[in-house]
Amino acid sequence: MQELTEAIRQEARRLLESGEVDVIIGFTQGTLPLRAAPLLVRKAEDVERLIWSPFCENNLARYLRGLKDKRVAVVAKGCDSRSIVALITEHQLERDRIYIIGVPCQGMVDRRIVARRVPGEVLAAYQDGAEIIVEGDDFSIRLSRTEVLHRSCAMCIHPNPVLYDVLLAEPVAVWAEDPYAYVRKMEEKSPAERAAYFVSEAQRCIRCYACRQACPMCYCEECFVDHTTPRWIESGITPAGRQGWQIGRAYHLTGRCVDCGACERACPMEIDLVYLNGKLNKDVRELYGFETGLVVGELPPLALFQPDEGPDFTR
Amino acid sequence: MKEWQPNIVVLLCQWSLKSDSEWTQRFDLPQGARIVEVPCTGRINPLLLMAALQYGADGVLVVGCEPGHCHYKEGNYLGRRKFATLKSFLEYVGLDERRVRFALLGETDRGKLPGLVEALLGDVRRLGPTRELATREAVPCAIVS
Repeated sequence: MQELTEAIRQEARRLLESGEVDVIIGFTQGTLPLRAAPLLVRKAEDVERLIWSPFCENNLARYLRGLKDKRVAVVAKGCDSRSIVALITEHQLERDRIYIIGVPCQGMVDRRIVARRVPGEVLAAYQDGAEIIVEGDDFSIRLSRTEVLHRSCAMCIHPNPVLYDVLLAEPVAVWAEDPYAYVRKMEEKSPAERAAYFVSEAQRCIRCYACRQACPMCYCEECFVDHTTPRWIESGITPAGRQGWQIGRAYHLTGRCVDCGACERACPMEIDLVYLNGKLNKDVRELYGFETGLVVGELPPLALFQPDEGPDFTR
Repeated sequence: MKEWQPNIVVLLCQWSLKSDSEWTQRFDLPQGARIVEVPCTGRINPLLLMAALQYGADGVLVVGCEPGHCHYKEGNYLGRRKFATLKSFLEYVGLDERRVRFALLGETDRGKLPGLVEALLGDVRRLGPTRELATREAVPCAIVS
């Protein structure tokens, strides 16, 4: 961890001092334990604020579109780099304006799981080898990092950046086998059970749209949910409005989602969002052999077709 | 209490089976079915289908042209991918698979549309009103503007 922090700072200082880039997007220590916050660094003297920790959970590709007129360097995990590839493919970014500082990722720690595993308020948390040490007023607990990962991280099969200008560490070994095991389990349930689960999840939605704001691929200037003519989806927190939003949001990311889980982490109601996008990702992978953000220029599956492919809808 | 009547929406490509332009008018539409003509199946926004379901349609049938016969060359191919994923997703969140259908009809399929509409109406009658997903409370006026 410490070596990576040092490597990021060193690279950031070099880039800023040489004038190669105008701004670095990275992480800094959050104001609470178990948190890291995105940080934009513009001056070389500020690079000491950059860190790398097991809590760097945001997808930093989210900020790139807002800095289009700048030369930007971005600290990118596997998922961040895939989002960047997808955004370049969709002509939202220019490759030569972005300097990608690749960081192989070991999966990020879910602060909500940690908080449930300890008896009181967490006052400090840091990594020690393969364990996370969590300290409070009268406890100090060691948790295995693999047990407290975000779900999207626990099932991640692309922890290493796929596109980078510099890679700050050796690539890590992939730990997950089946990224869609959870979706498969859900598919086996009866339609009634699936409907009940979806309704109970959607029912908690407060329509804050934090999921949309955290998502690097949700960049529409005007979201379908904000349209008034036509009003596609009911705007209130009614059952139909909540369900419509959840279905519309997830489906709009078909073949564009990189499974980073940023939406779910941003959700204040802890709604299971990864299970929705996971299904669509699984479908495009199984039907069209497509995984988002692996190759620059590879068109998303809904922009393509094969004349002789299934399913056969002719009667 | 008034007896429940099924409501289905048919999203029909304006070019599908349309060389005989009076065809859809001559076809006696069964009660409960409405036809909405669209420029092309490739142009159907999935939100349109969602809106139909959320405004109280108990089933939706999308009809396009057979592969290789799209007026715009590739609209039905793109529509096919869209509906394959959308249908699978709607089933995943619990909608009965019989409620959403997609059909690509060709020249030789003339006369099959009434059968498809009847089949969907029959299934919807057996299934009853959509209870899996909630319907909208508002009056559907904004959608037509």
